[in-house]
Amino acid sequence: MTVPLRPPREPLDPRVRSWWRVHCLAWPVLLAVVLGVLGLLIRPIAWFLPVAGAVVVVGLLLAVAFPAYWYRVHRWEVTDDAVYTRSGFLWQEWRAAPLSRIQTVDTTRGPLQQAFGLSALVVTTASSRGAVTVVGLDHERAAEIAERLTRATQAVPGDAT
Amino acid sequence: MTAPADGWRQLDRRTVVASAALALGACVAAGVPTLMGMRSADRFSFTVAVGLAVGGTVLVVGLAVVLEYVRLARTRFRVGTDRVEVRSGILVRTCRGLARERVRTVEVTADPVLRLLGLASVRIGTGQRTSATDKPLELRALRRPDAEALRGLLLDREGRIDPPHPREGTPHEAGAGGSSPHDDGAPRDATLAVLDPTWVRFAPVSLLTPTLGIAAFGVLLQGADWIGLQQTVLTDAADVAIALGLVVSLVVGLVVVVVVGTVASVAVFVESWWGYRLTRERRTGSLHVRRGLLTTRSTTVEEDRLRGVAVVEPPGIAWFRAARVDAVATGLSAADEQRSDPRGLLPVAPRAVVERVVAEVLREPVAPTREVTLRAHPVAARRRRVRWALMICLVPAVALAVVAVLVGSTAFAVLTAVAAVLGLAAGVRLGRLAYRNLGHGLVGDYVVTRHGAPGRRTVALRRGGILTWTLTQTPFQRRAGLVTLWFTTAAGDGRYGVFDVGVDEAMAFAVETLGERFSPYLAAASMTP
Repeated sequence: MTVPLRPPREPLDPRVRSWWRVHCLAWPVLLAVVLGVLGLLIRPIAWFLPVAGAVVVVGLLLAVAFPAYWYRVHRWEVTDDAVYTRSGFLWQEWRAAPLSRIQTVDTTRGPLQQAFGLSALVVTTASSRGAVTVVGLDHERAAEIAERLTRATQAVPGDAT
Repeated sequence: MTAPADGWRQLDRRTVVASAALALGACVAAGVPTLMGMRSADRFSFTVAVGLAVGGTVLVVGLAVVLEYVRLARTRFRVGTDRVEVRSGILVRTCRGLARERVRTVEVTADPVLRLLGLASVRIGTGQRTSATDKPLELRALRRPDAEALRGLLLDREGRIDPPHPREGTPHEAGAGGSSPHDDGAPRDATLAVLDPTWVRFAPVSLLTPTLGIAAFGVLLQGADWIGLQQTVLTDAADVAIALGLVVSLVVGLVVVVVVGTVASVAVFVESWWGYRLTRERRTGSLHVRRGLLTTRSTTVEEDRLRGVAVVEPPGIAWFRAARVDAVATGLSAADEQRSDPRGLLPVAPRAVVERVVAEVLREPVAPTREVTLRAHPVAARRRRVRWALMICLVPAVALAVVAVLVGSTAFAVLTAVAAVLGLAAGVRLGRLAYRNLGHGLVGDYVVTRHGAPGRRTVALRRGGILTWTLTQTPFQRRAGLVTLWFTTAAGDGRYGVFDVGVDEAMAFAVETLGERFSPYLAAASMTP
């Protein structure tokens, strides 16, 4: 049974699909290289070679099928009084962080994200388990939202607990 | 204690003695067993070993004294009007400070050595872990009255602005950082609960009992090893076991584990809860827990940091109609850095006491955990729980079956069958219990959630203390039409869940609890109530 919550308004940056694809491929390829080298060097385990091929194929399938799907499921929005996200395809999660309860707003960028011009927006509340993360925003957009949120939260008095 | 004009104060010099005693104790604990183990060696090497041990002890204790002396000489602290500051460091000087308004908890502890010297350590916590500099400040050690005065001073918000005048008949000490508004046993504290010695009967009903009982065997063997008798002990035990037969020796072993474990868990209870007293300071409303026999602990929770309470029933305790009460408060969440769990407001006590204490702590006429009518969860949640419980309870049977197949003996096949039957029965029972223990409800200003098996936990969370919500759904939950609704909070575990609740009920409950904070996210189709 689906959860009757409305999806957040905004999709992620389309480039996030390429980033996910690279992720889907990077680990299988790395694994395949290790298996392949071992298979070539050590005779008795030459059957590692077809296994390596299979791993690459699985990675390719994942990279083709999933990012488009994830892209449809992962959504976010900043309303007048909250940051609202939905994430996860199998293990789904809906989160909202009211602006009045936000403590910090950060953007983080890994090397791969930088290559794609992406940023992740991390919004923390006073709860140790309440952080809201939006992965895969255009990095200028993310910085602009972070600044807007920071200004909005500074306007609220108290320590947001 | 006099203070220099600039307000910087020093720790108490007798801390050196305490550290020296601790170092000596460690040396003795390490050296004596080693020497005992060397008794069989020849005279010369034994003499050399004794010499080395004594020399090493002198060196270590001397080093401890010097280091501690320098540390004390280099450590200063000051309680200013806005900030608490500590300067310390032998080579690298650090100056750490906390804004006084951010101080959430002050813990006064004293291990036996400090207590003998009339000293106590003070830990000042902010309760927030947003950065590495938020570690609690620790002052080891101050004279006990100074430590208590410091605690009172730091947690006395009004006293900071306008120090109260000494009242007639109240012993008043002019402390360095201002007047001391806090006196032990002063009539302004309302006592909510004191230790009832009969509560010790609940102490053995704990996982601690078998753990300590079995650990005792390990300690015994280790001790025998030190004095070179491990082999003897093992052969003696084997002889006795053979003489008694399998069944009798199993029973004897079990009885020994239970008896030793019971004694040990009672000892642990007495050590941690001796002299327990829960009080509320009348003027500030802060809750104050004081307990401990050898190591005394004293924890203060400001009232506006309290978000609710958790009523915890460890496995088996429900049969005795008893439970423990923990505070759900900001600033008490990081149990990892604390030596003792600072959340405990009440040890395991009869339910009537629990309900009275919960009501008084929350200042409600009736405890929300009692008043609430918990709503049951869908039957699908029971199926999930029974399935999980069976998976766990059938592990021994599966393991035995594997052995039976590998070895091919009928004895193992019989054991497998027995384990399978027992596992099935236990799994079904445990799963059903877990389902019965599921519940959620709303009463007055509190959200109440309950879950767990074989023990269970009931959390009453003030609605105003809820920061926001999170909804999670696994593929299995989706198929069963279930969802888990989490309420996140700055206190305690960070979030408390309503597990495996029906999708529609979850929406309705979230709207009921959070109102405007949840309803904007509902899909238009389900907006009609």
